[in-house]
Amino acid sequence: MSRISVRNLWKEYPGQVVLERVSLEIPSGEFCALVGPSGCGKTTFLRLLLGEESPSRGVIELDGKPLVAEPGPDRGVVFQRYSVFPHLTVLQNVIIGREFERSRLLGKLFGAERRAAVEEADEILETVGLSAHRSKYPAELSGGMQQRLAISQALIRKPKVLLLDEPFGALDAGTKSQMYDLLLGLWDKHKMSVFMITHDLKEGFTLATRVLAFDKVRLDPQAPGAYGATVTYDLPLEAKPARKAAAA
Amino acid sequence: MRRIINLRPGRGGIVLWGALPFLVAGVAYAVASAERLAVNPNDKLLPQLSSFGTALARLALNPDQRTGDYLMWVDTLASLQRLGIGLSVAAALALVLGLAIGLIPYVRAGLSPFVGVISMIPPMAVLPVLFIVFGLDELSKVVLIVLGVAPFLVRDLALRVEDMPREQLIKAQTLGASTWQIVIRVVLPQMLPRLIDAVRLSLGPAWLFLISAEAIAATEGLGYRIFLVRRYMAMDVILPYVAWITLLAFLSDAALRWINARFFPWLRAGKGQS
Repeated sequence: MSRISVRNLWKEYPGQVVLERVSLEIPSGEFCALVGPSGCGKTTFLRLLLGEESPSRGVIELDGKPLVAEPGPDRGVVFQRYSVFPHLTVLQNVIIGREFERSRLLGKLFGAERRAAVEEADEILETVGLSAHRSKYPAELSGGMQQRLAISQALIRKPKVLLLDEPFGALDAGTKSQMYDLLLGLWDKHKMSVFMITHDLKEGFTLATRVLAFDKVRLDPQAPGAYGATVTYDLPLEAKPARKAAAA
Repeated sequence: MRRIINLRPGRGGIVLWGALPFLVAGVAYAVASAERLAVNPNDKLLPQLSSFGTALARLALNPDQRTGDYLMWVDTLASLQRLGIGLSVAAALALVLGLAIGLIPYVRAGLSPFVGVISMIPPMAVLPVLFIVFGLDELSKVVLIVLGVAPFLVRDLALRVEDMPREQLIKAQTLGASTWQIVIRVVLPQMLPRLIDAVRLSLGPAWLFLISAEAIAATEGLGYRIFLVRRYMAMDVILPYVAWITLLAFLSDAALRWINARFFPWLRAGKGQS
């Protein structure tokens, strides 16, 4: 379960309101695309969901409980860049989630426990098509492969919510469409909620079951920071598998 | 005619051009020395190249008449020991303080101004204090090296930790890592090679502090020997000793570089041939 309710959320910085009056009810398993012009609070909203920042006013609840104000294993994340650890191989990057969980002191697994984690990681790497590259370092991978690795890494802790900050922004068109299929497959399989920031409206509408558009509704030309952005459109789309079936 | 910025030497060319300044310097010395010796056979300023060999043989291969020690090896051992201990302590301090300052906001708030001020103290200015507090033997020399090198290492490492992409730390937290786990699995492994690079850069200052301390108060050591024989204007000892120190510094730099390449293969990953 991963129901998210946002109630009257505000985020203010000194001299600037970024978000105002955001209220949302997102049922479990929804795929939300966050769209809108630059500087309208999409990333701030994602950071609030992530727990990297805390709201100035209002609450975000995950399954009825207020979010802890720091990132945790119930919320996975993939950034546009720098999401993977450059000093670890592909395989090590994926099992590190399990190692953090099972080995509090060393953060490293040995013997049977390690073998179990490796097996699990191999399965994920197989799904995202990185098995052949498991002993390479991230710098040796292409951009698309790095993002697939970042997604695999996030999936091993089975997060309730997956947050994606323009994950495909730096990829070429062909790689993007491969990544769409991959992401939809994983979303279907793991039954998690997904929030994805994108600058590409088409991408948002292709993938999401719900599109949230952020924009400023009030504007004071004398004080551009006086009013914040809010969710101006909250468009539910029909469920993806159904649409896929219709297209076939 | 192509632009000069586009002309590159080949493999042999690199060796040739690299060796050229050494050859020029060697020949210039030999010529100058021969000229002075032709005027005055007892000239001590620029001794013949062959007298370096005799002096080295006397210091390195024959026991000293008074003490029975092989002076050059005793000196080398003493100096390297001081240098090694000093640099190790400084590196360990840098690792602990640098990581803490870079990663933990409260430690940064508490310590970073203090370290900033400490690093501005000219170490040589407090050398007398060190001699008074720690005595004239080993400890004060090691402390001088630590004091001279550690603030730079701490600040460098703290800056590099702060420069780590925020995304990595967030990512580790979303994978459930505690602060301690982030330190030992994410930050430390990425900072060790940076620390080794910073230590390489500090080798020069470290030798400077070592030789200064030895020049003032010591009973053996490479710096001590140089300043001792200066009284007799024994250039045939001083110049080979300088060359020997340079060689030692060069070798330790190469060793540290090798450690980085050998133990941190990810540094070179994705950057052409590895």
